[in-house]
Amino acid sequence: MLTNLTIAAARDGLRARKFSAVELVDAHVAAVAALNPTLNAFITVTGDAARSDAKAADAALARGDAGELAGIPLAIKDLFCTNGVRTTAGSRILENFVPPYESTVTANLKAAGAVFLGKANLDEFAMGSSNMTSAFGPVVNPWQRAGDPAALLVPGGSSGGSAAAVAARMAMGATGTDTGGSIRQPASFCGVAGIKPTYGRCSRFGVVAFASSLDQPGSFARTVRDNAILLGAMAGFDANDSTSFNLPVANYEAACNRGVKGLRIGVPREYRADGMPAEIEALWQKGLDWLRAAGADIVDVSLPHTKYGLATYYIVAPAEASSNLSRYDGVRFGRRVAGDDLIELYERTRAEGFGEEVKRRILIGTYVLSAGYYDAYYLRAQKVRALILKDFTDVFADVDALLTPTAPSAAFAQGEKMNDPVAMYLNDIFTVPASIAGVPGMSVPAGLDRQGLPLGLQIIGKPFDEETVFAVSQVIEDAAGFSHMPAIRAGAAA
Amino acid sequence: MSLDAETVLRIAKLSRISLPQADVPRMQTELNAILGWIEQLAEVNVDGIEPLTGGAAIALRLRPDVVTDGGYPARILANAPARDGLFFTVPKVVE
Repeated sequence: MLTNLTIAAARDGLRARKFSAVELVDAHVAAVAALNPTLNAFITVTGDAARSDAKAADAALARGDAGELAGIPLAIKDLFCTNGVRTTAGSRILENFVPPYESTVTANLKAAGAVFLGKANLDEFAMGSSNMTSAFGPVVNPWQRAGDPAALLVPGGSSGGSAAAVAARMAMGATGTDTGGSIRQPASFCGVAGIKPTYGRCSRFGVVAFASSLDQPGSFARTVRDNAILLGAMAGFDANDSTSFNLPVANYEAACNRGVKGLRIGVPREYRADGMPAEIEALWQKGLDWLRAAGADIVDVSLPHTKYGLATYYIVAPAEASSNLSRYDGVRFGRRVAGDDLIELYERTRAEGFGEEVKRRILIGTYVLSAGYYDAYYLRAQKVRALILKDFTDVFADVDALLTPTAPSAAFAQGEKMNDPVAMYLNDIFTVPASIAGVPGMSVPAGLDRQGLPLGLQIIGKPFDEETVFAVSQVIEDAAGFSHMPAIRAGAAA
Repeated sequence: MSLDAETVLRIAKLSRISLPQADVPRMQTELNAILGWIEQLAEVNVDGIEPLTGGAAIALRLRPDVVTDGGYPARILANAPARDGLFFTVPKVVE
C-alpha cells in the first residue's frame, strides 16, 4: 500500500520506477478525500495542483534531474504562506487571505520537488495545545482509546492537522511550527516523529508570526530518517529572516546511522513532575535502558529553573504575540468589520476576527508590556529566560543530549481541559524549556499507554547539533519498534 | 496582583479589541487566573542577570538601507478589504 511507505522507501521506489509520482500522489489525494471529512486535518485541499505537480515530478525523474523530495506528498501547516493558495492561520481574521508570495521553507521544499496536498489545520495563530482553538473546527486524532471509539481525542497542538495527517497516512510528511511544543506534543499524541530544530535553523520568512523569538519551523514524518530528509530540504540560511543562522546544513540522514556509543545522555531530575503517570515514568526508564544498551552513558543532570519555564513562556510569548498581531487591523488584508471611525473599525474587526484564546493572550501580552508593569513581568521574564538558557548551557558542557518524556499525558478527549487555560498550558511543561533556550528537540513514538494511545520521548540537543538529536532518536526508534497503527487505519494495515 | 474590571477594559482598549461589558467578568476571571500563576516568577533571584531578548544569543545582521523589493501595487492591494484605485481606504479620520 503506497500510503504506508516511508519517505525514504518512496524515494527509492520512485527512482526504481516501481511506481510513479502520479500513482503515489493519487493514493494520498484519495486518502485525504476519504478521511478528511472525519478528521478535519486539512483546512484547504489542493488535490488538482498536487496531481499536476506529481506529473512534473515524474518528468523530472524521467529526465534524471529530480530533487531529493520529487513526488513526495506533504501536508503544509496553514501558517506557512503559499503563493496563490489561501493561508488562514486557523483564524477567521485571515479566512480569505491569499498570500502573494511563498514562505522560504515551502519554497525550499518545492525546489526539492515535494508535492503539497493542502494546508493543515492548526490552533488559531498556533496558540493552543489541542487544535480546539481553530476557527475551522477541531481536528480529530486518528487514534482512539481502546474500547471507547465514541470519545473523540485531540491531536495535540498547535500543529494538530499536520500530525494527524501523517499518522492517518494522508500525507507522508508535514511541516509544522513549534513555539513552545507545537510540533513535539502533537507528534507524541499522534504516534509520529517530529523535530523542532535549533532557533535560526529554518527560516521564519513567510511564516505567520506568533512569538518571533520562539517560533521555529520543523517537520513531521513517521520515522526519524524521514524527518532528517525533510529537515535537510527545509533548513538553511535565508537573508530574509534576520535571525536565520548562516551555517551549512549537515547531512542529517547520514547522522541517523551514527549510533550513541560513547555519548553522554543527561536525565534532568526536575522533569520528574509531581503527578506524572507511572507508565510515562516507566517508558522514560525504558528509553534510558535502550540508550545504555546501545553504548551511551546515562548521567543525572539538573536544570534548576525548569519549573519557571511555563510561567516565563506565558509572559514572553503573549507579549510578542500582542505586538505581532497588531497588524491585523482590517485595513490592508484580512477581515474588516465596519465602524463609525477608525478606532471602532479596529476594535470591531479584532473582536470578531480573533477567537477567545487569541484575545486572552493579546490582553495578557498588552498588560505585561504596559507602563508600570513592564519591569515586574516582561523584563523579569526575560531575565529568567537567561537563567533557563544558562541551565542548558551548563549541562551541555557535560552531556551530548538529554532524554525526557515529551508530554505529561497521552492525547485527551475533546472538551477536557477546556475551561481552565492554565491546565491546558501545563501540556507544554516538558517542551517549553527547550523553546525558551532555542535548542533542538525531537519527539519519537516509544510505546502505548494502557488505553492503547501513543506516548513519545523527547530528545533535546545542543544548539545546531541536530545530528546528535537524530542519532539518539534513531536508536530510540529502533529499540522501541513502534509499528502500531491508529484506529482509523487499523483495518487497512495489512 | 489582581486586575479589576476597569483595568481589563483599559487593556482591551489598548489592544484595540472591543469587549462588551457583559464579557468583562469572565475575561477578568480568566486573566487573573493566568496572572496569579505567572506571579511565581517573583520568587526567582534575578539580581545582576542580563535580560535575554532573543531565541539565540546572536547579533542581528545589518544590511544596506536600500529598497530591495516592491513595484507591484496590484499584488499588495489584492487582499485589501476596501480600496480606491491604488489606495487602501479607511473611515474618514480628518474632519
